[in-house]
Amino acid sequence: MTETGQTRIQSRFAACAAQGRAALVTFVTAGDPDFETASAILNALPEAGADVIELGVPFTDPMADGVPIQLAGQRALKAGQTLKRTLAMVEAFRKAGHDTPIVLMGYYNPIWAYGVERFLQDARRIGVDGLIVVDLPPEEDVELCLPALEAGISFIRLATPTTDDKRLPKVLSNTSGFVYYVSMTGVTGGAIASYDAVGDAVARIKRHTDLPVAVGFGVKTAADAAAIAKGADGVVVGSALVERVRLSLDADGKATDKTVSAVTSLVAELAAGIRTVSKAA
Amino acid sequence: MNAPRNPNTYRSGPDENGRFGMFGGRFVAETLMPLILELEQAYDAAKADPAYHAEMAGGLKHYVGRPSPLYLAERLTDHFGGARIYLKREELNHTGSHKVNNVLGQILLARRMGKKRIIAETGAGQHGVATATLCARYGLECIVYMGAVDVARQAPNVFRMQMLGATVVPVESGTKTLKDAMNEALRDWVTNVATTFYCIGTVAGPHPYPAMVRDFQSIIGRETREQMQELEGRLPDSLIACIGGGSNAMGLFHPFLDDPTVEIYGVEAAGHGIPSGLHAASLTGGRPGVLHGNRTYLLMDDDGQIKDAHSISAGLDYPGIGPEHSWLNDVGRVKYLSATDEEALEAFQLISKLEGIIPALESAHALARVAELAPQKPRDHLMVVNLSGRGDKDIPQVAEILAGR
Repeated sequence: MTETGQTRIQSRFAACAAQGRAALVTFVTAGDPDFETASAILNALPEAGADVIELGVPFTDPMADGVPIQLAGQRALKAGQTLKRTLAMVEAFRKAGHDTPIVLMGYYNPIWAYGVERFLQDARRIGVDGLIVVDLPPEEDVELCLPALEAGISFIRLATPTTDDKRLPKVLSNTSGFVYYVSMTGVTGGAIASYDAVGDAVARIKRHTDLPVAVGFGVKTAADAAAIAKGADGVVVGSALVERVRLSLDADGKATDKTVSAVTSLVAELAAGIRTVSKAA
Repeated sequence: MNAPRNPNTYRSGPDENGRFGMFGGRFVAETLMPLILELEQAYDAAKADPAYHAEMAGGLKHYVGRPSPLYLAERLTDHFGGARIYLKREELNHTGSHKVNNVLGQILLARRMGKKRIIAETGAGQHGVATATLCARYGLECIVYMGAVDVARQAPNVFRMQMLGATVVPVESGTKTLKDAMNEALRDWVTNVATTFYCIGTVAGPHPYPAMVRDFQSIIGRETREQMQELEGRLPDSLIACIGGGSNAMGLFHPFLDDPTVEIYGVEAAGHGIPSGLHAASLTGGRPGVLHGNRTYLLMDDDGQIKDAHSISAGLDYPGIGPEHSWLNDVGRVKYLSATDEEALEAFQLISKLEGIIPALESAHALARVAELAPQKPRDHLMVVNLSGRGDKDIPQVAEILAGR
């Protein structure tokens, strides 16, 4: 919470809106390609222009992810990443003084294995602001969503093209922080849907909620980001960033001195792209 | 939390949220949720429609070749010198295994829902073959996801699927076995959700699949009840079936769950042995977690990462199990055992030589425990073993193993 009683997520979206622009939400996988490099990337994201950070929690079986994020998770797991170490990354990030909101994104089983209650206590204490858990639809809210809200952690839900007007209220009911609109049916990293359709969908969601709506899936370039930014409160970029990590690695799959800057340079381009679009505050 | 909702029956699950006690549920991405709810509605409507049941019954009789015989294995009985051993001959079904019972039900449902593109995952290839077969029969597009490791070790079934007009997609991600095939099928489904019906091959996945697949497979147990009544004038005393996801076992067990005199045994794949860590025995060697849409016993590490399963049998090589089995394990109604690769291989050879029936390596796991259970029982004990599939597909692999000795 900030002094105004808003969560870090709320105040960050409000601050971006006050600047008349969309927020840049960046996804990177915790522990990719290794703990130290991933920590360096995380700590460099705020200065590069990330407004909100989604930190991917690696899982062996990422059913909703495309190849880039699958590979990122495999690299991280191979390097020994665990949920405990992911929380340690966030703790160090907060100790370094960063106040950029952090949302952990992944699948339920690592959290379930950690223990829901203990996880929420630790996440709250360390400074995690929100959770996106891909395989927990509203039908399973008692599992984690409701306990998270009680613990003061936002639970951010995905809305998709298959989420019709009848279902939207259910999806939005216990959502907090922001709504993540997945711009297509498919796995992460696919091709982007038409920008007009995205704008229409955002408008549709906004008829049901006052929460900011961030749009993701398929955003790869500054031009994509700018096009999405016109109709949304936030632009989510993930696969393109973890692909930057992959392409920076040496032949043995190890980080190089270019790995961190490969990510931050794209983040800076995307941040600039978003700023080319001015929105009414 | 796991007590039966109606204490007088073990057959009332799942509840309206798809739970069997703490197990089951609908742990899927939002993209799939509307479709899963639509599927549930469509299935409920079909269940209430006599025309659907008539179509099923006709297909099972004239296309699948049901009822499958309940056969007294006399030489096997004499060999063990205990229980009278009956084999439920699911391997005689068209396509060579029990899988077709479920696929017929789902394909008829897909037709009712107007879906023209069918996807499936497969391990040993039996479910893939059954799906490819019924897609050919009804003129539907069929895409089968199969781990690249399984494509290599189950080559005859890959060729069969291709002959039937299906596209077989080798899955190179993860461990390249059944669980990865399921991940890839789910990725396809999330992408092509509007046009596609996901034909899941076992009693796992998000609700309503575990209950729906169980219902389709329960024909095995219902026939067994009738046939045993005809042959012996009473219920069997014990049932034994192998378990990967557990559909053949659930199909045999479910109609008997409320008969307290019937002992029920499920046999998981113990691979190189439970202590080795190289096995596929989720109940014996795992703990509850969430994967592929349901909470169930899984092989996983302390961080909740799914561990690789191991089994000589591609059809059992899965780190999870259907959620209803997890519940039946916890409430104690079914006793879950395991059999190693080696024990399954021995049983495979034994029943081939004694009965002239080459069983699938999957079914051989159940037969391996019969070797232990049957001699302990009196001569009037009636034991039913589900011979869930035939072993033709395994012959190249077994030949290679035996030649290496």
